[in-house]
Amino acid sequence: MNDERLLLLSPADNVLVAICAIECGSSLTVGGKTIQVAERIPLGFKVAARDITAGQKIFKYGAHIGSATRDISAGSTVHVHNMKSDYLPTYKPEVHARHDSSD
Amino acid sequence: MTQATEIFGYARKDGRKGIRNVVVVVYLVECAQHVAREIAYPFRTRGVHLIGFGGCYPNEYAARMMRQLCTHPNVGGVLLVSLGCESFDRQGLAETIRDSGRPVETLVIQQTGGTRKTVALGRVWVESTLGALGATPRQLMSIDELVIGTVCGGSDATSGLTANPAVGRAFDLLVAERATAIFEETGELIGCEHIMAARASNPALADVLVAAVEKAAHYYTVLGHGSFAPGNADGGLTTQEEKSMGAYSKSGSSRISGLIKPGDVPAAGGLYLLDVVPDGEVRFGFPNINDIAEIAELIACGSHLILFPTGRGSVVGSAISPVVKICANPETYRRMSEDMDVNAGRILEGAATLDAVGREIFDLVVATAQGRRTTSESLGHQEFVLTYKSFEPIGPACLPVPA
Repeated sequence: MNDERLLLLSPADNVLVAICAIECGSSLTVGGKTIQVAERIPLGFKVAARDITAGQKIFKYGAHIGSATRDISAGSTVHVHNMKSDYLPTYKPEVHARHDSSD
Repeated sequence: MTQATEIFGYARKDGRKGIRNVVVVVYLVECAQHVAREIAYPFRTRGVHLIGFGGCYPNEYAARMMRQLCTHPNVGGVLLVSLGCESFDRQGLAETIRDSGRPVETLVIQQTGGTRKTVALGRVWVESTLGALGATPRQLMSIDELVIGTVCGGSDATSGLTANPAVGRAFDLLVAERATAIFEETGELIGCEHIMAARASNPALADVLVAAVEKAAHYYTVLGHGSFAPGNADGGLTTQEEKSMGAYSKSGSSRISGLIKPGDVPAAGGLYLLDVVPDGEVRFGFPNINDIAEIAELIACGSHLILFPTGRGSVVGSAISPVVKICANPETYRRMSEDMDVNAGRILEGAATLDAVGREIFDLVVATAQGRRTTSESLGHQEFVLTYKSFEPIGPACLPVPA
């Protein structure tokens, strides 16, 4: 079972999408397991639906949208810090920096 | 088909059926626009719409668009308004319309004697034509005769989560009923061309789909427009292919039957990609200067109705075919509900599922085909834009292989 604040866009997906902001420290149920949210998850951000290992493809809308650059545990945010495009380099250095500084 | 889903379409000579029976007043150059608008204005709530082409120089794309629009199944009669010295082939257009079995009249302002006389003559013609249209025969129309287009506009972070995938669910239901469904904007599909190609009904079409997106990528690069902006990452989008999937999700999950270009009407039901980016070297500027230009192209491909997802809140409608607006963002919906037909933002509030909203959109397509007015129709929206473009005809690999 997944928290009702997380949307599964396609049954083939290994990520869920936050349909509202989920605050740091709140508990979140993903795949039947409850975890503590370590960092605020804004609306529209992706959360791993299950454990994903480095190199595995990320599926959203049932489509391959990139791959994991490190191991991602179920319930963790999936974004530029742990996944990459398999199409072309998509994020610019300043986006990286912005994300790192907000960690 | 049950009683509740029976559609009675307006029968046309070419075998197609319309879900509306509008009179279009058409200016053939910008210089004739005021006169055409004055003719149409008193009839604006009686199904009389204004369309036109502003250019004075000839353009085959615009001429073809105009032929297709004036013989669209939702159109019952056409009044052409010419200044007189523009290069648009008004006789050729009038002949095409006459051959289609529709009443047509051409008023040439320079011959008629100016603004006031042309407006008066035009209004008399429109009044009498509206009276005659009441006798247009109605025939039972099945869902597989419907052509539905989709284009999104005023998108935000919620568009790809709610309204776009909900339209995709509705497209799946429509294609399952053998209706024709058309999605477009190859420039927004950059990054998912291989994902899309995997859904092509045959390998030759897969190559055509990839080539169409590569053409769009080249075109936008020449125009100096990148695709993935830093702001996308702030909204939670990580990769180019993910961003494009948000727009692409409007297409649903059916197999893709073919690729068409503006003015091509698919001969059989199925899911089609409309390639809106011109062929050849970059000319005439942006492929589509706004959402309205894309709506006009979808209508020229036979679309009876347009599904229009919006997150930030677009208010547009269209001449000729009704526009159904699907609001992705619940806050936008609360602020602008009078302009919206569907509140897909309920999905974000846990009040509905994607499947439920997809079914609601499908049901609304049927109801609109039965005559229910959309919010933009009720509010009098009749936007229309047509500009210069150039296209090569589609090749044999673009259309479905006969079974």
